[in-house]
Amino acid sequence: MWIGIVVFVLMVGSVLFHLFSPWYLTPIASNWTSIDNAINVSFWVTGAVFIAINSFLVYVVIKYRKRSRAHYEPENAKLEKQLTLWTSVGIALLLTPGLYAWAQFVNIPADASVVEAIGQQWQWSFRFPGKDRVLGTVDVKYISDNNPMGVNPDDPYGRDDVLIEDSTVHIPVGKPIKLVLRSKDVLHDFFVPQFRARMNLVPGSVTYFWFTPTKIGEYEILCAQLCGVGHYVMRGTVIVDDQGTFDAWLNKQRTFAPARAGAHELVKTRG
Amino acid sequence: MAYATLADDLREFHHPKTWVGKYVWSQDHKVIAVQYMATAIGTGLIALVLSDLFRLQIGFPGSLSFMTPERYYQFITMHGMIMVIYLLTALFLGGFGNYLIPLMLGARDMVFPFVNMMSYWFFLLAVLVLVASFFVPGGPTGAGWTLYPPQAILPGAPGRDLGIILMLASLAIFIIAFTMGGLNYVVTVLQARTRGMTLMRMPLSIWGIFVATILALLAFPALFVAAVMMMLDRILGTSFFMPALVSMGQQLGYNGGSPILFQHLFWFFGHPEVYIVALPAFGIVSDLLSVHARKNIFGYRMMVWAIVIIGGLSFIVWAHHMYVSGMNPYFGFFFATSTLIIAVPTAIKVYNWVLTLWKGSIHFTVPMLFAIGFIFTFINGGLTGLFLGNVSVDVPLSGTYFVVAHFHMVMGVSPILVVFGALYHWYPKITGKMWNETLGKLHFWLTFVGTYLIYFPMHYLGFLGMPRRYYEYGQSALVPHSAHMLNAFITVVALAVGVSQLIFFYNMIWSYFYGPKAESNPWRAASLEWQTPETPPAHGNWGPKLPTVYRWAYDYSVPGAPDDFIPQNVPADGLSRHHQT
Repeated sequence: MWIGIVVFVLMVGSVLFHLFSPWYLTPIASNWTSIDNAINVSFWVTGAVFIAINSFLVYVVIKYRKRSRAHYEPENAKLEKQLTLWTSVGIALLLTPGLYAWAQFVNIPADASVVEAIGQQWQWSFRFPGKDRVLGTVDVKYISDNNPMGVNPDDPYGRDDVLIEDSTVHIPVGKPIKLVLRSKDVLHDFFVPQFRARMNLVPGSVTYFWFTPTKIGEYEILCAQLCGVGHYVMRGTVIVDDQGTFDAWLNKQRTFAPARAGAHELVKTRG
Repeated sequence: MAYATLADDLREFHHPKTWVGKYVWSQDHKVIAVQYMATAIGTGLIALVLSDLFRLQIGFPGSLSFMTPERYYQFITMHGMIMVIYLLTALFLGGFGNYLIPLMLGARDMVFPFVNMMSYWFFLLAVLVLVASFFVPGGPTGAGWTLYPPQAILPGAPGRDLGIILMLASLAIFIIAFTMGGLNYVVTVLQARTRGMTLMRMPLSIWGIFVATILALLAFPALFVAAVMMMLDRILGTSFFMPALVSMGQQLGYNGGSPILFQHLFWFFGHPEVYIVALPAFGIVSDLLSVHARKNIFGYRMMVWAIVIIGGLSFIVWAHHMYVSGMNPYFGFFFATSTLIIAVPTAIKVYNWVLTLWKGSIHFTVPMLFAIGFIFTFINGGLTGLFLGNVSVDVPLSGTYFVVAHFHMVMGVSPILVVFGALYHWYPKITGKMWNETLGKLHFWLTFVGTYLIYFPMHYLGFLGMPRRYYEYGQSALVPHSAHMLNAFITVVALAVGVSQLIFFYNMIWSYFYGPKAESNPWRAASLEWQTPETPPAHGNWGPKLPTVYRWAYDYSVPGAPDDFIPQNVPADGLSRHHQT
């Protein structure tokens, strides 16, 4: 009896909590409203099922408490078939917006501009492809104090790459971005909750995802794949600018070639 | 009927003569079951204390002076690993599997009693190796319970020197232990059922344990090879999971390995593992509901097939743990579809549990309360699984507190509620004593309401975008003050729930010594384990002659029958139910 009442209170409480609690999805700042739609559809469908089954459970528990004799009915094929059918319909209802959004997720727009995010324990750095719009090749063997991103010094495409050795990166608003991800050491995860889309960084391979920032502002990057004892301090910042501010910022950053030249000079003076 | 005469003959049975033979080096499945249960619960207690300690750090950062980031990561890692493997898996299969299979099927023991005994002692060894890692230099591994390389074996992770080696060794030993037990459970179910006990007359507890054991026998080898390969990477410098990398500014000698390969192996084990824990819980809760509602389980055949289908499907959904791992994103379409399809047989089970109560005569005993509590938390946890399985919905939620809340609700709280229900249910058979009902109910209310208050609001921290496995959040625009308040609230409730488990231990231990003597069938249950000639059952279980089974395990409230239950070993009387088994 009491269990029926408590389950009822918890059920109603859960719904009220959902409606009135201050905590919900962080306001979106990218194009991925299709993901938010899929989440909302999931809430409507699962919420309805949550209320329906639990209400029936509460009704049954209160109505059929200890009595002289239970009803004897081993199975009811018709009812079971109906339930199977309607459950399958509900599942299809959930899957459709989910897969629809995923079809967008796996298709990178042709005009997306490439930005590389590089993770290491426990900081971020970034690389832009420069004027040729192509990132230079990289290899772990090139990584050194002078070349922390491991860009291939013999690759002409790498010479104009813009290196951001800082945990703060700027990107322009309203343009699709293909974020290419690379890790020097262990797994990391580029997670900006406001962008919704995200992906792991995997050492030994290059991963990617795309998004279009839609709101100018400053967003925190949180590493979301346990990457060692400093995992929780591996934060960064994405600043979404209008195109003019972004261009001005990018032009002030140094490219790989002068960086290398500087390194050579340094070696010379030391030598 | 050749098998029956041999099985009936007790002279083949070597009765142990000494105390040590009876209770230590015992080959009796019931003693081994209790050994497994006690060891698993004792280890689980460590994990419970660890969780309360790291919850203090989350709710009240800096409140424990010894809680360094290293310790924090070590504690969450050991908590997860112990709860999933050393508590839940060992308790359901080694504990309940051992106790229930021979008794529910009318066998004298497992078919390989010596191997069964070895299974327990290897399990104990695995636990000792695991616990030893707390005492080695550097402490236990803090790589997260998923032990993802390269991190797990590189200097940035706590316990990278010895802790990880002991962890991997302990897992390998555990899997050897489980394989010895698991082969026993499967062969016993297939070969040692008594006369008349057809497969479709087995109680659902046995179906759940049986299918879960098959899953485990097929899934654990993937973890075993992963553990061996990582051990080789760590000790011999092979590169199974290790690409060329720079660790802490140091070029290491690894080259060409794949960290994602480990994730595939881990989750090829890890997802069936969810059902290795869940299926026995599904089976046992079905029996609890049926017995305490005095009604047959609704749609028995559908329930059996649902268990089998869920078991089969559980092998083709593993990559839903890896949607943002960097694997080929096109896999997402397949794994999202297969994952959501699993929801259909799972939902059918939920419907049938509620329909079992429908028009029943519900006795609100302690096991029944736990069973109803399970239905509620499992509905919640199952529905949030539909978010995480649905590839694009998973993307913003993966790695956040939403995931933590989901899997604790669905494979932490839910199975644990079943474990408690089952322990209260079978305790009188196991010990011959009865526990205190008031304490049992108090324990239920604190545990059920408390755990829901912990995990339901936690989902919303995930929506906010709070990543899991953070030692502290510091100043972050993402985490409002209210979220810190919620974390503090969750910690307070978690401490209360943790402490309230003392009621359970007190009740179990006190009742064992001072509790009233239990009747042999206090719940008036129809299944075979309640029909033993002695309580607790003696070595050999059935006295001179094995029982013969004439009906399924669910003849409750049969119209026309004098009692509201007919034990399985009562001969057919024309009053049986409408369809054949």
